[in-house]
Amino acid sequence: MKQIDARGLSCPQPVLLVKKAMASGENDSIEVLVDSAVAVENISRVASSLGWDVAATPKEDEVQLQLVQK
Amino acid sequence: MAPGDLERVLKTLPADPWAAGRLLTSSGRNEDASIVRIPAGKALVQTVDFFTPIVNDPYKFGQIAAANALSDVYAMGGDPWCAMNIVCFPAKSLDITVLAAILAGGADKTAEAGAALAGGHSVEDPEVKFGLAVTGIITPDAFADNGSLRPDDQLVVTKALGTGLLATAIKGRRSGHQELEDILYRSAARLNAAPGRVIRSLGIKAATDITGFGLGGHLLEMLDASDLAAVIHAGRLAMLPYALQLAAEGFLPGGSHANRMHRQNDYNADSTDALLTDIIFDAQTSGGIILAVPPAQVNEVLARLRDDGEIADVIGEVLPHVPGKPRLTILP
Repeated sequence: MKQIDARGLSCPQPVLLVKKAMASGENDSIEVLVDSAVAVENISRVASSLGWDVAATPKEDEVQLQLVQK
Repeated sequence: MAPGDLERVLKTLPADPWAAGRLLTSSGRNEDASIVRIPAGKALVQTVDFFTPIVNDPYKFGQIAAANALSDVYAMGGDPWCAMNIVCFPAKSLDITVLAAILAGGADKTAEAGAALAGGHSVEDPEVKFGLAVTGIITPDAFADNGSLRPDDQLVVTKALGTGLLATAIKGRRSGHQELEDILYRSAARLNAAPGRVIRSLGIKAATDITGFGLGGHLLEMLDASDLAAVIHAGRLAMLPYALQLAAEGFLPGGSHANRMHRQNDYNADSTDALLTDIIFDAQTSGGIILAVPPAQVNEVLARLRDDGEIADVIGEVLPHVPGKPRLTILP
């Protein structure tokens, strides 16, 4: 499983990292750690539009996103 | 900034076609302030706006920043009369020709708007910023504002939505960013002069320009100020090429998410695609104008705007507000 730490990055960098990992074709499951509501919203949008399931787990000031290809 | 640098840059600017007769002081004589003649019987409309670059080309950025600052005058039904540059520039790390290009873009757009450049102020700053303080003239009893909506007014919107999405994709250097920059430039550098003329000549009472709070946020400001409600149809909105695709790819800027979340109790979009609602609240730079038009004038307004090459559509209408209900309904 691919892991991406996108904490501290401003938009659109977290989305660009996730898109790159999805496009590589090497990952059917990606775990992303973010620390902004905007990153959660935008990563959720790109994931669902490309046919990936999204599960978000809030952790104190961060959110862990589990992305799984359908 | 170093005086020599600034002097060299200012010498490269084109001659101001609107200065003669209007500016009573000369920009070449280093006065402390400008004296500007104004027509008898007019009121002033004053506004200021400046921001960081949203495109990479400095001349285009200057044009966009100027068009954006001038837009507030047009939205009230005013005529731009004079303007002052506001510049932040890292003169120690960035070539001074970049500043010359930004100022030339601003000067060209200001001249196109018929306003005289009366001066400006510059600050050394690590981040480039540019904009204008603009003064317009307006007839004291004939202007448009946020608080003069009436029930049954038809909501006419100019320009296409999505500049925040395109600017974020350009900033992230997404594939095709040069094409996105061209699309953004063509829309954002366009003056809102034609809607301004329509507001003046047809006596439109309520209007505003679509900028940082997005169409949804600025429309809600009008509805709050007028204590009314509105229904709009997302399917009638003009969108910039790629805007919907970029929303699906997650390029909505943070400010646009904040716009929508801030207003979540003030709108109902239950039956509308979430991505379209995103675009309705996307923060716009130099966006179009919302005009509230009495039904009998709609055809005339649309014809005049379209004759001037504007994108213009009726997107909804104003209704009485039912207390306790959201003011804005967004239908598909």
